[in-house]
Amino acid sequence: MTETQTAPPPTPRPSQDQAARGPSLVLRGLRKTFADVVAVDGLDLEVSCGECFGLLGPNGAGKTTTIEICEGLTDPDAGQVQLLGLDWRNSASQLRQLTGVQLQETQFPDKLTVEETLRLFRSFFHRGIPVEESIRTAQLEEKRNARVGTLSGGQKQRLAMACALVGDPELLFLDEPTTGLDPQARRHLWDLVDALKQDGRTIILTTHYMEEAERLCDRVAIMDHGRIIALGTPQQLIASVGAEHIVEFAVSAQESAGPGSAPGPAHGFVDADLLLKIPGVQSHRVDAGLHQLSVSVLHTAVPRIFAALAAQHLHLSEFRTHSASLEDVFVGLTGRNLRDE
Amino acid sequence: MNKLRLSSLYQLTVIRFFLILREPEAIFWIFVFPILLAVGLGIAFRNRPADVLPVGATTVQITQALAADKGLSATTLNEAAGTHALATGNILLLAIQNPNGVTYEFDDTNPDARIARMLVDRDIQAAAGQREAIHAQSQLVHETGSRYIDFVVPGLLGMNLMGSAMWGLGFAIVEARQKKLLKRLVASPMPRWQYLLSFILSRLVMLVIEVVAFLGFARLVFAVPFRGPLVQLAFLCVLTSLCFSALGLLVASRAKTMEAASGLMNLVMLPMWILSGVFFSASRFPAAIQPLVRALPLTAAIDAMRGNMLQGMSLAQLATPVAILAAWLVVAFAVSLRIFRWR
Repeated sequence: MTETQTAPPPTPRPSQDQAARGPSLVLRGLRKTFADVVAVDGLDLEVSCGECFGLLGPNGAGKTTTIEICEGLTDPDAGQVQLLGLDWRNSASQLRQLTGVQLQETQFPDKLTVEETLRLFRSFFHRGIPVEESIRTAQLEEKRNARVGTLSGGQKQRLAMACALVGDPELLFLDEPTTGLDPQARRHLWDLVDALKQDGRTIILTTHYMEEAERLCDRVAIMDHGRIIALGTPQQLIASVGAEHIVEFAVSAQESAGPGSAPGPAHGFVDADLLLKIPGVQSHRVDAGLHQLSVSVLHTAVPRIFAALAAQHLHLSEFRTHSASLEDVFVGLTGRNLRDE
Repeated sequence: MNKLRLSSLYQLTVIRFFLILREPEAIFWIFVFPILLAVGLGIAFRNRPADVLPVGATTVQITQALAADKGLSATTLNEAAGTHALATGNILLLAIQNPNGVTYEFDDTNPDARIARMLVDRDIQAAAGQREAIHAQSQLVHETGSRYIDFVVPGLLGMNLMGSAMWGLGFAIVEARQKKLLKRLVASPMPRWQYLLSFILSRLVMLVIEVVAFLGFARLVFAVPFRGPLVQLAFLCVLTSLCFSALGLLVASRAKTMEAASGLMNLVMLPMWILSGVFFSASRFPAAIQPLVRALPLTAAIDAMRGNMLQGMSLAQLATPVAILAAWLVVAFAVSLRIFRWR
């Protein structure tokens, strides 16, 4: 089947008004340790109703542990979890009816068909959407009678989404929904999440793709080492970098390193202070030979950057600019790249 | 859609069937393999006419005295050739004429040789004029129920019930755990007891097909007897299957990988294949380990089935093996529920 169709029209959600009163999710002082690894280290978070909220961070940041505590699959060592005004200790069966869950790396039985799998999951919920509708929403109509084992990665992931949706949940948890998918399948899944957002569901998703968080989430928490290190709308977070643009360049070693000079990387010869004096340049950092400048006014700053480098007799081997992204926020906060880990 | 189709227990059970029936290997092991095994054993151990025992004698007189016996084939040999034939297994016994009478050379650990000794001695004594003190007559009986195939069919039935219950339950659960499906299911509102019950229900239905196919075959082809009440035999099959389902659940309650589960399964089942009297009577094992052998669930299951099918015993007479099976069922089920890991 083609993977480029647009998302289906949203379904009306009758119960969303009553849930609109309080926040959908409240986490207070959440803490979880596995053996000697602190996975979640004092987490406070509030997600309001109808929000699409993203937990963004590198692998091992504690995203999955956090979301599994929210899903009632893992008990926290300390702290409080409240979903839709309920908690897992007293209202587990009620909460299971109200939440939809998509876990990382669930493998549904290969020998069942798409429809059989969905029929099974639908049978667990007291109320929900018809199986037909979930198949339509996940755009698996043509695969209805196909065995799960024959589906592509993207189709399997959409089936997992459909299984999370059959109970018509108030609160939807998606743990790395697009990890391992090719770009086309990923965009297809994003369209599906978009459609679910329009239904007014609260969606909490984890991802280590910044473009996914930017594209889908109303608000994002950037996590690192079990803590939230930044929280806000993608726009707010990007604005916190202090500049809208990022200039990246590298200088070649042949021209800049003189004969007999110490064998060191070429960037050692770039005078960062000179660059920082250019109006509109906010910051400078070097990562693996690549210089990064955050720049607020691109068209005036770039000619001056060229001039400053020329004045230092440096030869450019690479030069590019891009709009600041969540990746740059993470880099700015931790000094590391998201995708490195 | 009706209510039944929407119920989660129904869906879980139906899906178990789909998964079993869509696995061709499982069909082979559950349905075809026991029948093939019964056919093989039936052919290998079919009843043959009583063996003729080869013996040797050092004089023609003795050979003539033995010639009338249909159970023996006698050859005249000198002592050296006779000893050689005995050593190489060509004859079972050598009768040597000496001045005082006759000497028999034979291996008394070989049952056939001992029989040869009795036959040869009887014939020689009769030829020498000994008469029967009491007149005796033989009436030959070849009755069903005392053949090897009659003995082995209940054994194979027990073994098959053990295998299908343990693999069926254990493997499916460990696979679901390994593929994180179990975790996904507990993240849904599925009632956990229904998940386990669906295995038991599907097992019971499969059991009917399995047992009827196998016993029907044994009845039609080998005319294996069913002397006990069939309802009680059905009860024994259900009890056996539940007992091994509980053991399968126990094995699967913690194992995280299929490899670990396979190892555990074999660890549990292998001793029973050997000790529980599937192919020969478990009473052949030394008295010292008999309490252990008797306590094994497969021994109890096979004893009870043989008692029912071959001896026509009632459940009341089979109280001991039934109690052993029930005890295993309860203990294994209780322990596995306590230690079961859902993720």
